[in-house]
Amino acid sequence: MTLDDRFTRDFRETRGDQPLGTRNEIVTGPVTDWATDFSHLEPEWAADPYPIQDDLRQRCPVAHTDRFGGGWLPTRYEDVAAVAYDTERFSSRSIIMSNFRPPRELAPVGGTPPISSDPPFHHDARKLLLPVFTKNAVAKREEATRALCHSLIDAFDGQHSVDAARDYAQYIPMRVIADMLGFPPEDGPQFREFIENSLEGVNLPPEERMERMGQLFDYLLAQIRDHVDNPRDDLTTYLINAELYGRKLDPSHVAGTMALLLIAGIDTTWSAIGASLWHLAKTPADRERLVAEPELLPTAMEEFLRVYAPVTMARLVKEDMHWNGVDMKAEDWVLLSFPAANRDPAQFDRAGEVVIDREVNRHVAFGLGIHRCVGSHLARMELRVALEVWLERIPDFGLHDPAAVTWAAGQVRGPRTLPLRIGPA
Amino acid sequence: MKVQIDPQRCHGHGRCYDLAPGLFSEDDEGYGQVAGDSAVPPDQEHVARLAVSNCPERAIDLVEEA
Repeated sequence: MTLDDRFTRDFRETRGDQPLGTRNEIVTGPVTDWATDFSHLEPEWAADPYPIQDDLRQRCPVAHTDRFGGGWLPTRYEDVAAVAYDTERFSSRSIIMSNFRPPRELAPVGGTPPISSDPPFHHDARKLLLPVFTKNAVAKREEATRALCHSLIDAFDGQHSVDAARDYAQYIPMRVIADMLGFPPEDGPQFREFIENSLEGVNLPPEERMERMGQLFDYLLAQIRDHVDNPRDDLTTYLINAELYGRKLDPSHVAGTMALLLIAGIDTTWSAIGASLWHLAKTPADRERLVAEPELLPTAMEEFLRVYAPVTMARLVKEDMHWNGVDMKAEDWVLLSFPAANRDPAQFDRAGEVVIDREVNRHVAFGLGIHRCVGSHLARMELRVALEVWLERIPDFGLHDPAAVTWAAGQVRGPRTLPLRIGPA
Repeated sequence: MKVQIDPQRCHGHGRCYDLAPGLFSEDDEGYGQVAGDSAVPPDQEHVARLAVSNCPERAIDLVEEA
């Protein structure tokens, strides 16, 4: 047996000769015109992006911004689908629209494979993960997830007011993914910091972002080294042992995939659970119907995923081109808004309404094409169990103070503060 | 009536085997596959149509037999 010394040195130290990528001036502040100056990081967007998207879809429909060094925002379903399918002309080299573009040499692997990867490498990196995230594979975690949901509600302990985002929705994906990766459950609060930096701290100075991103990779490297010394039956050990093209993965691939699973596995499902509870808290008729007809939940859940799709992705334009009426330049961002696609009236009847028994629902909350969310089966299991247990234990609840609800800004949107009244009013 | 999945279009969303588990199943990587002989019994026609109309990739076809 040969000693696995891939992680003895910090893999980041060997990257010194690589190009640095490009930065642009950071522009923040109120948006003047959403068609020409959009920013998904401003409070107006975070609070309610849907009227903005609906307006753009009618009058634009591909918005532009000079912020972030230049980017585009298609708002029609058809355009979002076209970008998602066109991996020839749109790269996933960076999927978070920010003020920094990683070097072109980073393609086709990207920093967090396979979400940041382009074909043909993408297919092979993704294939490693697929068996771990099938519906059958994640079903084995349902019992533990259900027990966790019950224990979170047990801890409410007779209170009449709780923050459902902080005290319930957040912990469910956090604990599930920590278990899968084999991380200590008590490290959860650190994960929240990593997530806020990766996804919400986009307009911070680059040095600060890199410093904080460094902390995430420090944490992952410590976990990897511990797993090299003490192999376990978990995803971290699986990735350490995984092989591609006849050899073990590059250390940066192992750590990058772990970063992806940690960040993408938590924030997104947390948002979906929170947004669903928010809707039910402010819509007594839907809440009462789901309590009375629990068999409707799988259908209702798809509607919550459609109408409150948490995730927006990004792409980078590969070469200058004329695309659907606009002139895109190489290295422009494209914000791939699945939420906007999901509310396109050309694709959905009553697109702006929440119809919990909508039977035909070809929504794209988990994306389209080769980058379909690899964790979608896990997310659906967690969302279903979280809502089942909540509705069973707390059938009567409402919004405590609608104005106190806060939403995450950026590419993953969901409630971050959700004060609910629980029990009879 | 028969169902078929276009493997070039399927990306493993799993809506078909969620909605019509009698007609579809998942393979080891989560891609949808037709279970059995692809024939749709009359009592499964409704869920077969749901699988078709909910597939985000439009990867499923219903083939009416002559």
